Amino acid sequence: MSTSKNISDVIGTVDFRYKLNRTDNSLDIDLKIPIRGITGIFGESGAGKTTLLRCIAGLETPITGRLAVDGEVWQDTTQKISRAIHQRQIGYVFQESRLFSHLNVLGNLEYARRRAVKFQSGNAVEFEHIIDLLDLTHLLNRVPDKLSGGEAQRVSIARALLRAPRLMLMDEPLAALDRVRKDEILPFLDRLHAELSLPILYVSHSIEEVCRLCDHLVVIDRGKVLADGEIQSVLVNLDLPLLAGEEAGAVIEGTIHAYNSEYDLTELQFSAGTLLIPGRFGQKSTPLRLRIRAADVSLCRSRPDDSSIQNIIPVTIDEIQSGHGPYALVRLRAGSDLLMARLTRRSSDQLELKSGDQLFAQIKSVAVRR
Amino acid sequence: MLSFPGSGPLWLSVQLAAVTTVMLILIGTPLAWWLSGTASRLKSVIEAAVALPIVLPPTVMGFYLLILLGPYGSIGSWWVNLTGETLTFSFSGLVIASCCYSLPFAVQPLQNAFEALNRRDLEAAWTLGASRLDAFFTVVVPQSMRGFLNAVVLSFAHTMGEFGVVLMVGGNIPGETRVISIEIYDKVESLQYTDAHRLSAILLVFAFTILLLMYTLNRRWQRKRIPG
Repeated sequence: MSTSKNISDVIGTVDFRYKLNRTDNSLDIDLKIPIRGITGIFGESGAGKTTLLRCIAGLETPITGRLAVDGEVWQDTTQKISRAIHQRQIGYVFQESRLFSHLNVLGNLEYARRRAVKFQSGNAVEFEHIIDLLDLTHLLNRVPDKLSGGEAQRVSIARALLRAPRLMLMDEPLAALDRVRKDEILPFLDRLHAELSLPILYVSHSIEEVCRLCDHLVVIDRGKVLADGEIQSVLVNLDLPLLAGEEAGAVIEGTIHAYNSEYDLTELQFSAGTLLIPGRFGQKSTPLRLRIRAADVSLCRSRPDDSSIQNIIPVTIDEIQSGHGPYALVRLRAGSDLLMARLTRRSSDQLELKSGDQLFAQIKSVAVRR
Repeated sequence: MLSFPGSGPLWLSVQLAAVTTVMLILIGTPLAWWLSGTASRLKSVIEAAVALPIVLPPTVMGFYLLILLGPYGSIGSWWVNLTGETLTFSFSGLVIASCCYSLPFAVQPLQNAFEALNRRDLEAAWTLGASRLDAFFTVVVPQSMRGFLNAVVLSFAHTMGEFGVVLMVGGNIPGETRVISIEIYDKVESLQYTDAHRLSAILLVFAFTILLLMYTLNRRWQRKRIPG
């Protein structure tokens, strides 16, 4: 499952190893993650996700710990090396925006920019570009008290970026926001991902957010790593009870093939054929990421020709995992992609499903990333 | 400087209060910061010691200070070795005594302000590249301006009005230790009520004005802090 070993040969990595023993929080982690893209740190609350970020930032003192960013050692307790918090080139976005109430928005941004000047090697993105990226021009003279939750979080992200970080740490930046505000921020995070070559560690307990944003996924439970690797492969790992619930599902990548204006449907091509998805998403051959929830996939022995469901894909059963209450999770091969289906154990038994069976998957709905 | 009967002592009081206030902010800020963040068992002991001057009779404080600062006291004898002068019955001695006497009036407002501060903001400042000292001056101090205003006003006003400790430690030397409160006492003793009236009125108006200013600013700041 771990693809990180090959990654480290090609591009830089962030390596960390932390041990922390507290009654409320323990951590025993040894990880290597790629220094590009967004790496999700997924787990339930209390799993140690925040503690891990705080260790990396230097806000917590671990019993033993080692942190190397792209080969540069920032912390090594065995050699008594530990960079002070303000000397670690990280951008930290907290759950709450933590804007300074005695400064206006511009003042908050300048606070970070002035202190970033001393770094030459960081991802120094231009001030105007960041203001633009997060759409802050009209907010610069406001005081933090007069910002909505979403606006405040955007300012806080911009402020962290202006610090010229080599690594961004985001601790559930959307958790304190309601649905509407979340949807308001997510496109900005997509833009960040697309336009900046800045590695981001993104802590979340929402599979939905993780599927939308992350390239790489680390699953943590009780301070220990359960799985890490590319998001596509981690999501279909049937041994992770954390990912086996109602939100279980797979992520696939495809490209836009055509748009049907009469029905307002986009035709998306992926390794196992084409999918019809409602709405318009861009020009032909634009890459798209889809999330397909296991609960939205049903299976048939023969190709149904009288179903209302449009997306029917030939699949082969890869593995079946029963034992999640009334449900069974089925991992399916579709071309070179993997999908998941969530059935009741009863229907799995009635269809006498077993590995290697060739079936048809009906996909009821999909969620599109971009 | 205007010259009228009692203007010398008044001026001396202002000087004493100004020097004491500066000293108290310098000493009181780190002390209050430590008190506001520590989990040490010493905290209560130090807090009680700082608050002592509020409840202790000035004569008791003055008496102990007189012994400590006197030429045979531990601090006084050290000072004599260092400078060749005695601390008691001198302006320097008065400054030290005033600092002890007015300490709670600087430390308590500062400690309250620091405790009300959102310490999470500090973590944010550190991750943005601010060192501990940098973050203290750029986040803690500006967000604790009310505390600093209160500390300055109360220390200054309280030092202006002190009597008992000054009398015990400083005595009544014109130009050196004869401050305004002692001058008023002298005038009353020698039945010069006109002068006593004038000086008392000056102190009364001063004290009221400065407290009014403090409470007004406090209110305005409070209103500004509340969102909406």
